[in-house]
Amino acid sequence: MPVREGIYGLLAEFDTPTELVVAAKASYNAGYRRMDCYTPYPVEEAAEAMGFDEPKEKGVSRVCLLGGILGGLAMFTLESWISIWAYPLNIAGRGKFSWVAFIIPAYEWTILWAGLCAGFGMLALNRLPAPYHPLFNAPNFRNGATSDKFFLCLEADDPRFSMTDTRSLLESLHPVSVIEVEH
Amino acid sequence: MATKDISPQNPMIDPETGEQRVIAPGHTFRSITEKLTRIVLTPHTPLGWFFGFTLAGSIAMMLLVAVTWLFLKGTGIWGITMPVAWGFAIINFVWWIGIGHAGTLISAILLLFKQKWRNSINRFAEAMTLFAVVCAAMFPVIHTGRPWLAIYWLFPYPNTMNYWPQFRSPLMWDVFAVSTYATISVVFWYIGMIPDLGTMRDRAKSKFGRFIYGQMALGWRGSARHWMRYETASLLLAGLATPLVLSVHTVISFDFAVAIMPGWHTTIFPPYFVAGAIYSGFAMVLTLAIPIRKFYHLEDLITLRHLDNCGKVMLATGFIVAYGYMTDIAYAWYSADKWEFFMAWNRIFGPMGWSYWILIFSNIAFPLTTLWSRRLRQNVVYLFIVSLIVNTGMWFERFVIVVTSLTRDYLPSSWGTYRATRWDYMTFVGTMGLFTALFFLFIRLLPMIPMSEIRQILPGAKINEAELQHKGGD
Repeated sequence: MPVREGIYGLLAEFDTPTELVVAAKASYNAGYRRMDCYTPYPVEEAAEAMGFDEPKEKGVSRVCLLGGILGGLAMFTLESWISIWAYPLNIAGRGKFSWVAFIIPAYEWTILWAGLCAGFGMLALNRLPAPYHPLFNAPNFRNGATSDKFFLCLEADDPRFSMTDTRSLLESLHPVSVIEVEH
Repeated sequence: MATKDISPQNPMIDPETGEQRVIAPGHTFRSITEKLTRIVLTPHTPLGWFFGFTLAGSIAMMLLVAVTWLFLKGTGIWGITMPVAWGFAIINFVWWIGIGHAGTLISAILLLFKQKWRNSINRFAEAMTLFAVVCAAMFPVIHTGRPWLAIYWLFPYPNTMNYWPQFRSPLMWDVFAVSTYATISVVFWYIGMIPDLGTMRDRAKSKFGRFIYGQMALGWRGSARHWMRYETASLLLAGLATPLVLSVHTVISFDFAVAIMPGWHTTIFPPYFVAGAIYSGFAMVLTLAIPIRKFYHLEDLITLRHLDNCGKVMLATGFIVAYGYMTDIAYAWYSADKWEFFMAWNRIFGPMGWSYWILIFSNIAFPLTTLWSRRLRQNVVYLFIVSLIVNTGMWFERFVIVVTSLTRDYLPSSWGTYRATRWDYMTFVGTMGLFTALFFLFIRLLPMIPMSEIRQILPGAKINEAELQHKGGD
């Protein structure tokens, strides 16, 4: 991938979550779509203001469900295969396919793989791990985004983005500061 | 506790509800971040930490010695005999894993019930789970004597002997229940920590700290989209951990209930084991939380409300445990089975009867009569003592279940007795050292209270609806 150069976007800093949500709504209404909010704890309203609806996306839940089904089936099949074909044990003539006993490991594996898929699926859908991100270049970002400040970034690859208009839009929303972020 | 402490003038009392606050007033996003990151990022490790870590580490060394000798000599160095083929190993295994269960209860079940007060004790309760599972898992592994030879009959993998495990055995169920429990606990704990690791990365002054926390934070930047998926994943993990934690102790109780020993073969075992697990686990939460909040001055964040609530959970689960004991006796009577009846009598009045009375005193007589008092539940010294007593009692519960049933089974000719050796004691005490040492490392190296979750319950975290309507309406 070629090295990306130039402006990543304009980053506005806010003091309270309410100001951030107001700004995100205003930018969305002004037609911006390539944008993101950055908060030190989950602010559902900010995601909604950008038109992002996780329950509708269903990504994490689907991965989790798939993992659970596959995990449970895999273990149950393995147990049945072992007990019937690979290593049948004749204990006082009892049936080989004693599925009741197999439920327990299969149940555990359902949970194991559903959980692993939910956790790692969430990271994958979020494109993490990503040790480098242009926003880390912003001097105020790392001092606040994971602690006590609220950020809105309008990204330069949005068709509506222009250094002057976007900046004046953000500045009209009473931010603490608006800065350019480079790649 | 003096009367003035519970008067409305006390700033820790919420005037609206008259309850203790979950978090002391006056905290801001910044003050929380500062307070909690400083504990970890300070270059000056408190002397007390070194003292405690050294002590716990030396006790853990006993475990190393005991296990080394075990691997050299075999399980004959333990006190297990015929008929008591299950001794300390299973008692300690059940005890430790039970302790772990409260961590999952706090992090998963209370999350699903939207119990916001849990936020500040959640992380270290989960850490407690992890370290308790480490200690617990050690026992089934080392009780095989030569664990490196046990792999082929414990894990289903293709091997040159063409051998496959026996999935009808409760030992196999244990392997899958405990390994799943350990894995999911690690994932849940780590996922929950990622945003805080981001904070640590951004706060760390040293290059090394920035690098390590930066790697562990996986580039977390608090994007609103990420947060939404993160919240979904947390809820899903909580929803999965809830049936998991109930199943783990159920499976462990099957180790007993599937056997036909008198006193083991009962259907009450799964619920009674789970309740006992949560009972001892909350006791351990208190044992850990009380000294930590004192030593690190975290009374603002781990308030009397938390301790009070832990006391209430102990009261409730303690009564389920008491119900289990009564059902045990009632079952023996109702079964009209003379072996069951003799077992119950022998358990209470037999040669090992003293252990039963210790258990009755420490799990029922003392805690369940005193935990009713709100004043006592808010008395830190009392809670600390009661937590130690309950943990002792829960250990004796497992001792009673294992030893009294095995020493007196159907045939009087096979009766025996049980006496633990010094290696048994060294292994058990050693795991306590290991647990404490791991805990010391955890509180020194990782944020022990989840900052991102604490921020959510601060007054500043709420969206001001009026302002939003006013400004966002246009």
